[in-house]
Amino acid sequence: MLVLTRKKNQKIMIGDDIEITIVDIRNEQIKLGISAPNHIKVFRKEVYDAIQEENKAATESVSPEQLKGLSDLFKG
Amino acid sequence: MKLNTTRFGEIDVPEEDVIIFPQGILGFNKRSRYVILNDPSTEPLRWLQSLEDETLAFVIIDPLRFRSEYTVDLSDEDVSALELNGPEEAIIYAIVVIPKDTPEKMTANLQGPVVINAAKMIAKQVISTNLKHKLKHFVLQEMKDMLAHSQKKLGKVSLNLNRKSKGSTQLDGEA
Repeated sequence: MLVLTRKKNQKIMIGDDIEITIVDIRNEQIKLGISAPNHIKVFRKEVYDAIQEENKAATESVSPEQLKGLSDLFKG
Repeated sequence: MKLNTTRFGEIDVPEEDVIIFPQGILGFNKRSRYVILNDPSTEPLRWLQSLEDETLAFVIIDPLRFRSEYTVDLSDEDVSALELNGPEEAIIYAIVVIPKDTPEKMTANLQGPVVINAAKMIAKQVISTNLKHKLKHFVLQEMKDMLAHSQKKLGKVSLNLNRKSKGSTQLDGEA
């Protein structure tokens, strides 16, 4: 992993299109500004982690037999 | 192709029903081939069964069954990964978590829905940028709310129960 030291208002370029600015540094928090083309998705890592965890929980769902009993719940 | 699964025993999957997830499903990135198992006795819940891991399967649901207005904005990246030419080619499912002891509290993940290009049978778990789309939506409660709402509005309930099931493999009555 590349580790860079930056000060407030300094920037990092990733490729030609992605620009990351250190907007503010206060105590334990750093505010980042991210400027990237539309096709690049920017998410907090927690979003990915949470979906992964949810997917794993989903694989431990009920058995097919139990599922049959659940169909009635949808008939209101 | 014949396939042994832990949940359904041996199943026969026609090649045209195989759905490819080039990037896998988050947390299961190495599994890319799936089939949707459509058992009428469990509707609207279906299974997304891995063809590479007999033990791996997800329960999925058409989100429109409990959220009539659900739509997902796809990024350019998603659209090109899915090779979509238009929204009509896309089918959306939400992955469902069903607690073993309290199945009525099942939740569906609308933040990370599965989008399938039904024409090309390519799929991707995308991430919705809509902040109203959460990891856990209580399916039965939202369905009740939706029905109550539509009853109030229209004076009757009208649900399309015969949504097309393209891209899914029909299971025999008994698994």
